[in-house]
Amino acid sequence: MVLLQRPHILLLLIGTHQFLQCWIAFGSVNEEGQKQEEFSEELLLKPLPDHKLLAHFHFQSSGPPSTSNGCHHHLFPKAISQLVQKFRIKEMELSFTKGRWNYESWGGFDPLSSSNAKPPGVELWAVFDVPQHHIDASWKNLTHTLSGLFCASINFLESTATYSTPEWSFPPASGNVTYGTLPCEAVCTENLTPWLKLLPCRDKAGIALLLDRPSLYRGFYHSQQLHLTSTGSSSEGIDSGIILEQTLTVVLQPNSEMAIEVHASEKHIQPSWSLSSIFGKQVSGRCVLAKPSSVYLLLDRGLPAANGLTSENFWSNPSFELSANPDRIFLEESSSHSKSLSILYMFQVEKYCESEPFDIGLMWKVPVAWLCQQTPLHASRFLMGSGNERAAIAISLKSTQFTEGFMSANSKDGSCELRVDVFQVVPWYVKVYFHSLRVFVDQQPRAVSDIIEKIHVSPSKDKMSPGVMEVVLKLPCRVNTAALTIEFDKGFLRIDEYLPDANQGFDIPSAIISFPNFHASMVFLEDDSLNKSPLLSKFQEKCPVMSYTEVLLVPLTTPDFSMPYNVITITCTVFALYFGSLLNVLQRRVAEEERFLKAKAAKKTGRLPLLLSKLSAKLRGRRLEPLHSPPSSSSFINSKLVLKVILVAGLAVGWQYFFS
Amino acid sequence: MAETKEKSLSDEKPKPRVRPIVRLGIFLISHSFHVSVVCCTAGVLALFLLPVLAKNTYISENALMPGSASPMLSNQHVSDGNRLVKDLTNPNSKSSETGIESHKIIAQYMLDLGAEVSFHKFHPQMNQFHPLHFFSSPDSGKIQENYSCSSYGINTVGIIRAPHGDGKEAIVLVTPYNALKSGFGEALSLGIAYSVFSLLTQVTWLAKDIIWLVADSQYGEYAAVAAWLREYQTPKFSSLSTPNAEMCPDVNNLFELKGHSISGSKFSNSFRRAGTMASALVLKVRDQNEQFEDTISIYAEASNGQMPNLDLINVVNYLAVHRQGLRVNVEKLWSLLNSSWLKSLGEIFESLAKVAKSLYPKWKFGIPATEYVEGTATLASSLYYQALGVPTGPHGAFRDYQVDAITLEISPKFSLDKVWRNDILLRGGRLIEGVIRSVNNLLEKFHQSFFLYLLTSPSKFVSVGVYMIAFAFLIAPLPMVAASLYVDANSSSNCSKGDSSTPSAITDTDEHSIAIRSWRWLNSAKLVFIVHLWGAIVSLLPYFISQIPDCSPTTSFMIWVLLSILSLLTLNSVLASPLACAKATQEKEWALVKSVTISSVFIGLGLMSVINFATAEIGALLMVPMCLLAQPLKLDVRAGTLRSFCRMICNLVLGHIAFPPAALFLLKGMLDGFGNANVGDFWMWVESLWAWNSATYLFIGMVQLPCWVLCISILFHTC
Repeated sequence: MVLLQRPHILLLLIGTHQFLQCWIAFGSVNEEGQKQEEFSEELLLKPLPDHKLLAHFHFQSSGPPSTSNGCHHHLFPKAISQLVQKFRIKEMELSFTKGRWNYESWGGFDPLSSSNAKPPGVELWAVFDVPQHHIDASWKNLTHTLSGLFCASINFLESTATYSTPEWSFPPASGNVTYGTLPCEAVCTENLTPWLKLLPCRDKAGIALLLDRPSLYRGFYHSQQLHLTSTGSSSEGIDSGIILEQTLTVVLQPNSEMAIEVHASEKHIQPSWSLSSIFGKQVSGRCVLAKPSSVYLLLDRGLPAANGLTSENFWSNPSFELSANPDRIFLEESSSHSKSLSILYMFQVEKYCESEPFDIGLMWKVPVAWLCQQTPLHASRFLMGSGNERAAIAISLKSTQFTEGFMSANSKDGSCELRVDVFQVVPWYVKVYFHSLRVFVDQQPRAVSDIIEKIHVSPSKDKMSPGVMEVVLKLPCRVNTAALTIEFDKGFLRIDEYLPDANQGFDIPSAIISFPNFHASMVFLEDDSLNKSPLLSKFQEKCPVMSYTEVLLVPLTTPDFSMPYNVITITCTVFALYFGSLLNVLQRRVAEEERFLKAKAAKKTGRLPLLLSKLSAKLRGRRLEPLHSPPSSSSFINSKLVLKVILVAGLAVGWQYFFS
Repeated sequence: MAETKEKSLSDEKPKPRVRPIVRLGIFLISHSFHVSVVCCTAGVLALFLLPVLAKNTYISENALMPGSASPMLSNQHVSDGNRLVKDLTNPNSKSSETGIESHKIIAQYMLDLGAEVSFHKFHPQMNQFHPLHFFSSPDSGKIQENYSCSSYGINTVGIIRAPHGDGKEAIVLVTPYNALKSGFGEALSLGIAYSVFSLLTQVTWLAKDIIWLVADSQYGEYAAVAAWLREYQTPKFSSLSTPNAEMCPDVNNLFELKGHSISGSKFSNSFRRAGTMASALVLKVRDQNEQFEDTISIYAEASNGQMPNLDLINVVNYLAVHRQGLRVNVEKLWSLLNSSWLKSLGEIFESLAKVAKSLYPKWKFGIPATEYVEGTATLASSLYYQALGVPTGPHGAFRDYQVDAITLEISPKFSLDKVWRNDILLRGGRLIEGVIRSVNNLLEKFHQSFFLYLLTSPSKFVSVGVYMIAFAFLIAPLPMVAASLYVDANSSSNCSKGDSSTPSAITDTDEHSIAIRSWRWLNSAKLVFIVHLWGAIVSLLPYFISQIPDCSPTTSFMIWVLLSILSLLTLNSVLASPLACAKATQEKEWALVKSVTISSVFIGLGLMSVINFATAEIGALLMVPMCLLAQPLKLDVRAGTLRSFCRMICNLVLGHIAFPPAALFLLKGMLDGFGNANVGDFWMWVESLWAWNSATYLFIGMVQLPCWVLCISILFHTC
């Protein structure tokens, strides 16, 4: 009941608030003509072949250059605009990811996966519009600011040993990119909440209402991104427009409990789902500030073909049923490299309100199976060797047989070549021997110069900079498998350089494998309304196909951290012995000592020193006596003493034994 | 030291005292006989006290948290496992001759769970003697001979990716399975593994990937696991000459499976990997058992006496005993259990402990005599298997890659009862689930607990700090005796010289002779070096002998012995000829030889204790008394006292026992009777040692055998 009542109040509050804001916004329109701040919210749902569902939230705010308002904004988050102005950022992307993108099942060739599949942990890259020698300072400040803004330890990227500047093999941006990753950063709601704060409606209204934390973090993949692009020429000064894209990609398992109980025969039916069953929430109207506010359902390229869907019958499809009628249906423009086309159903959230919330469900009637379009080569990376001394990194590329048609289309001139770019950053304590780079194509060792067209290497400097390797491979199109191996030595670290959980091992960040010959884009017919949708216009852009490899864990030799005490003690003992004997040798005068001994034998000294010297002589001389002298009086007393002690102890033992 | 002592003896003037540490050393050296007797006794006694001194195990790593979560394995999973067991034991599935059907069944079951499946084909590699490959890491660069299509094994591998994990680490579960002649036990072990696997596909707490390896054990369990690990860790990218297994028709049949599954991408014929292996469990179920309880045996010894982290054993032991009510045992030497002398020794310790306790109630070190006997039997087997240096199961392959692994062998009490089968599936499955969950909790790799330990029972251990004492006592007298022998040999000849020439007049020739005398030990060192060189040659000989085709163990052993003797004679004639003439002039030559021998044995034992402690301990028990007692028989005969007679007898007995083949013969005789002992046995034993790259082989060849030869030469010294 409480749940039902709360949205009412919230919506009322938001409604009044937003009415005011809208009014102000209209004011700005009047002043500046068509230049105004815009916000859009979109959600894309896509069923995946392995019974999972991909949900992609896309929020875009754009702040046009505004000279009149100074540094004030209506919709655009002030924190971001200040960030851009302060550090002169041309482009920046920050992603927080948990889980792994499964390139084999979820595809890697469509715009969705190539721009939203990210390595685990935090990845940050930025292009600054500052002179070369200021980049490091800007980067340091930027990491600290972002670290505060997103409650994450991005500030660890500050040190020069963690970030690098790829020259040409980092496809999303080119020129002066600064790139850094933190593979072991844990991602949770504390990172999501500040991200949501940048939205004008936060998660109180509109599509963001669906962002229910438990169901989001239960998913198999979770990637939250922030992409900044500043438009306009920056040389003129502060006023440049900024586009802020916030995306959240999650892969969820619809009602997994039911899927277990069904019989093996029904297992092949895709699970049915609805928004309310996945997120536990429904969309009750749009965020009032959002201009396009829509939900899309994307049926992948393979799916309609497997389904018997054609352009004629996709309105009334026999194999599945939608719980809400789509407002529009788009068909992909036929392109050269795929026979089947994807279908996009659009739902406009504007139509729905509090009393009639938006909920879309998909119910499958017959089992369908399809495969997502994969990258030309499937890349995986692993460690070879054992022991604490040396090992090797291997990147293995395997043909997915998926893009053969595409490749043959490319190879009209006979010399068909597949270009693959590899970008690999290794931390300094992994001392890579670049000369040991070896290339195998189809299980045959090949000369490096035959396959590698271009290579750029910057060796690591201890505690200063990581090693960077950028390679362009030219592989024959018919390649089945290819592998790159490179050997490395495991370095030794100082005790204060170890991370808190040093015995776990150290991470080598993901390598980026990109295919510059291939571009993933999805162009839909009926462009008239599509221009308004930032998500779909982003799909239409040609984005390079790339994939990230796994993060590797290198076990390094670790000292026994629990024994600093022992180490200190041993070191101190050694030092004491050394310096003690050294001083003894330096101080000692043998002749003087002999003279002193003689003098002592000649005349008696005082009583107390005599007693002391006697005692010390007894203590020290005891060992020597059995060597060459008959038992003297002192040793006799000694044995007596020992006898007495033994007697007393025996008595005590007997007494104890007798009385117990 | 000797110089200072001489000076102190000869000078009558009051001199400044020699430093205490030097004096202590002189004292020990001059009393080396008593010291060595005391130390050796203490060493042996300390060894027998180890079961009393054993501490209870405890879980050192806090993150493991074994048993803190209630087991999630339900009857649903058990019935899944049962289904697989039924399918596998079904006679239809065994129709195929190569057993491919059962691999297909297993793969299909894995696929249905949504796991990634792949087959790994391997050719069994014969273990060969590589003289220089001891201690080197296994490498993939071995040149394979031509294999026919008929001889290959198929490992089925299923991988579950942790839904939230980053895929950096993996836990391996291994079930050996021989598709051709699988017993019910093997099918049951697959059933247990499958029920755990089916649970793990659904849980959300997984942080590490799970790899289930069904190792094809038709060429041996170890070979299959080792082949898979080799491919995992050091793959070969180039295959030039090897005939691909894909060409063989049977293997192609395997991949028909692809059509069955809907999400075909889950299956691939390429090798699949997960991250760095955190730990591995090998699960076996024994077929028949005559015990009264469900027991689970833990095998942990890997090659060269390496042990997995004690925490892994602790977790298994804790979960099995306190959660699943299984009895845990580790390997024992059963013959020791009934020995009466051990029992009486235990009783003595027990009564001593009782007295001590009555004296002071806080002294509680005693254990009951029966427990002592059991502890000793376990300790003895622990020492034996570590000393042998041969892994006790497939888990040994993991240790070569620094992965902690153990083998669990479940021996159930009844057989072939439906209820009982469900019970064992449930309890075994919950045990495995608990262990995997504990390891999954680990953020770091195993490092908290001990790696160097001996078990005296599943819940008691002796750590390195305690068992080193026994060894240290044993080898402590060696340097002292060596020093005292050296001093004696020098001083005695010195005295005789001193009598002839007047002490006041020191001439040039005298100085020269002293200089020569002080370097006299070099002659003995040369002899010792030659014998050690011979030892190295002897340990290399089997490599060449094994190249001879069609050789029975007995004949190869004979060839080995003949070649060894021949090489010793040649070496002696070639290198030691100048020595012989020098030897004749000196009367105390044997003392110097003994001194150098003892030093070399000390160095050898010290080195070996770092590599494989158990070997060094057993070697020290044999060699230290022999080295210390060795004295020319002629001298003893000449002396004719009771003491020298005893020494002679001891020398003769030890001279026989310490000869490596004789020692093995005795050991075998004690274990299974002298009737079936054979000369060729030693050859076979040695063959197994070098096949497993055991450092014990090197120890026997390069430390023990030369030492024995030198001691024998001292015994028959003509002086």
